[in-house]
Amino acid sequence: MIRINCPFCGERDHAEFNYGGDATIEYPALDAPVEDWVQAVYERENIRGVQFETWHHQFGCRMWIVVERDTMTHEIHSVRPAHEGIGSALKGAGQ
Amino acid sequence: MTRYNAWNVFKNGLTGQKGWDRAWRDPEPRSEYDVIIVGAGLHGLATAYYLAKEHGLKNVAVVEKGWLGGGNAGRNTTIVRSNYMLPGNRQFYEKSLSLWENLTNELNYNVMFSQRAHITLLHSPAARDAAARRYNTMRNTGSDGELWDLAKLKKEVPHLNYNNSRFPIMGAAVQPRAGNARHDAVAWGYARGADMQGVDILQNREVTAIKRENGRVTGVETSRGFIKGKKVALAVAGNSSRLWQMAGFNTLPIETHKLQAFVSEPLKPLLDQVVVFGVGHAHFYISQSDKGGMVFGGDIDWYKSYAQRGNLPLVQDVAECAVSMMPCIGRVRLLRHWSGVMDMSMDGSPFICKTPIDNLYLNAGWNYGGFKASPASGWYFSDLIANDRPDPVIAGHTLDRFQRGYIIDERGAGPDPKLHG
Ligand SMILES: Cc1cc2nc3c(=O)[nH]c(=O)nc-3n(C[C@H](O)[C@H](O)[C@H](O)COP(=O)(O)OP(=O)(O)OC[C@H]3O[C@@H](n4cnc5c(N)ncnc54)[C@H](O)[C@@H]3O)c2cc1C
Ligand SMILES: [Zn+2]
Repeated sequence: MIRINCPFCGERDHAEFNYGGDATIEYPALDAPVEDWVQAVYERENIRGVQFETWHHQFGCRMWIVVERDTMTHEIHSVRPAHEGIGSALKGAGQ
Repeated sequence: MTRYNAWNVFKNGLTGQKGWDRAWRDPEPRSEYDVIIVGAGLHGLATAYYLAKEHGLKNVAVVEKGWLGGGNAGRNTTIVRSNYMLPGNRQFYEKSLSLWENLTNELNYNVMFSQRAHITLLHSPAARDAAARRYNTMRNTGSDGELWDLAKLKKEVPHLNYNNSRFPIMGAAVQPRAGNARHDAVAWGYARGADMQGVDILQNREVTAIKRENGRVTGVETSRGFIKGKKVALAVAGNSSRLWQMAGFNTLPIETHKLQAFVSEPLKPLLDQVVVFGVGHAHFYISQSDKGGMVFGGDIDWYKSYAQRGNLPLVQDVAECAVSMMPCIGRVRLLRHWSGVMDMSMDGSPFICKTPIDNLYLNAGWNYGGFKASPASGWYFSDLIANDRPDPVIAGHTLDRFQRGYIIDERGAGPDPKLHG
C-alpha cells in the first residue's frame, strides 16, 4: 500500500484515491495548432523516476492533489493541493 | 541441433539423455549486425525468427538486459484470442491466431497451444448487443464466434455462480478457437528457432544508449560494450519510453503500468475454458493450467509504475472477483503472484512502425494483450524491417495516428492509457 498524506485529510491508503495522470501537462489555448493539442492529450514523457502526478481523493475529501512520486520505488516526496490557494479559500468558506 | 521428435526421445531414453544439444548458444557479439533487436521477449525473439526464416536476414542479434523470456513473456496469463473488431486489429489478430495454430510444428517445439475456447460472460442486454456486433464482425471476416445462451453456458461451464443477483449471468460470447499456450515454451521455441538459423541472442547486456551519427542509428551501447548495427529495432515492452529517449526523442503516446497475475495450488480438472468477467471497473479472467493451477488476473494497479511488483488492494479486488464468480475456489490457496510492467498506449492499440530515424524501428504499446500478438508481431515487424515499408495490415499502427485522427480504440475508452485492456 502506498500512503498518501492528503493535505486536507492526513495520511491515507492510496486505495482511497484515484490516480489521475501526469501533472505537468499544460493544455494549450482552444485555438492553438492541432500539434499542441496532440502533444497535450496524447504524448507523455513517461518518466521512470520522480514525477509530478495528480490523484483524486475520491473516498475522502474528493479534492484533487499533486503528488511528487518515484514511479520506480513508489516513494513520495511531496503532496500539495492541485489548485493553488484552495486550502485557505476553503478555510474562509468554513467560517 | 537435435530435432525434437519421437525417435530422439526414444533414443535418448535408452542412452541416459546424453544426446541433446543445448537449445541456444551464448555467443560473443560479432563486429557488426544487419539488424539489432533490443529486447528478448516474445516480440523481439519472434521478429528475429521471422527475419531469418522469411526474409533471409541471418546476421541478426537480439540484445537482452536480463535473461530471455524474463519480462512479460514469462509473466502473462497466456490468453490467446482474436476477438478484435476494428480494421487493422481484426486482420492482425486473426493472422496471429492462424500462426498460433501451427506454431508447435513451425518451431519444432511444443508450445502447448490449447484451443479450449475463450468465454466472455455477458451480464446485460447492452453487453449482449455489443458482443453480437463484435462476434458477427468476426464471423464475417474469416474467424469464429458464437453467442451462447444460459442453458448452453451452464452445461459447458457448470461451476460459475449463476445466482449472482448483482451481476446475473445472461449468456456468453465465445470464441472456440481461442485458448492458452505455455508462455515460456513460446519464448524458448522462438529463441531456439532463431538461434538455429544463426541469430545471436546476447543476454545479460542492457542497452544503455543508442548511438546516432548524421541522423542515422549506428548501433547500441550496452553494459558490456558497443555493438554495431545497420538497423536497430526496439521491442522492450514496458520500457519503450526509456529506449525512445535514448534514441534522442522525447515523448510517446504511452504510459508504463503494472499488471499482476496469480496462480493457485494445483487442483484436479475443474475449468476447461478461459472465462472472462468484466463489468465496469471489475475485471477478472481465469483458466486452469495443464499442471492444475488456477491462473487468473484482473486489472492493472491503476497508477503508473515501473516496479515489477504488485500492490495489495488489487490482490483483494481480484480475490473478490474470483469468489463472486467461482465461489468453489474460495478456499483454494494462492501459490504465487507477480507483476509485469507494460506499455499502456493512448488508444489501447500497439505500434509497429518506422520512426523519424530512417533505420530505427519501433514495436511497442502492447498493453496487456501482447502475448496472443507475438507471432503476428514478429511476422509483420520483421517484414517492416526487411522491406522498409509496412504491410497494409499494420499500416495504421503508427505513432502519428492520433494526430491524423485515426485512433484504434477497441474499448472506446478515450486517451487515458490506464483504461485500456
Ligand atoms: C501479468 C500479465 C498478464 C498478461 N496476460 C496476457 C494475456 O493473458 N494475453 C495476452 O495476450 N497478453 C497478456 N499480457 C501481455 C503480454 O505479456 C505482453 O504484451 C507481451 O509479453 C509483451 O511483449 P514481449 O514478450 O516482447 O515483452 P517482454 O517479455 O517484457 O520483453 C521485453 C524485453 O526487453 C528487455 N529490455 C527492457 N529494457 C532493455 C534494455 N535497456 N536493454 C536490453 N533489454 C531490455 C526486458 O528485459 C524484456 O526481456 C500480460 C502481461 C502481464 C504483465
Ligand atoms: Zn483528502
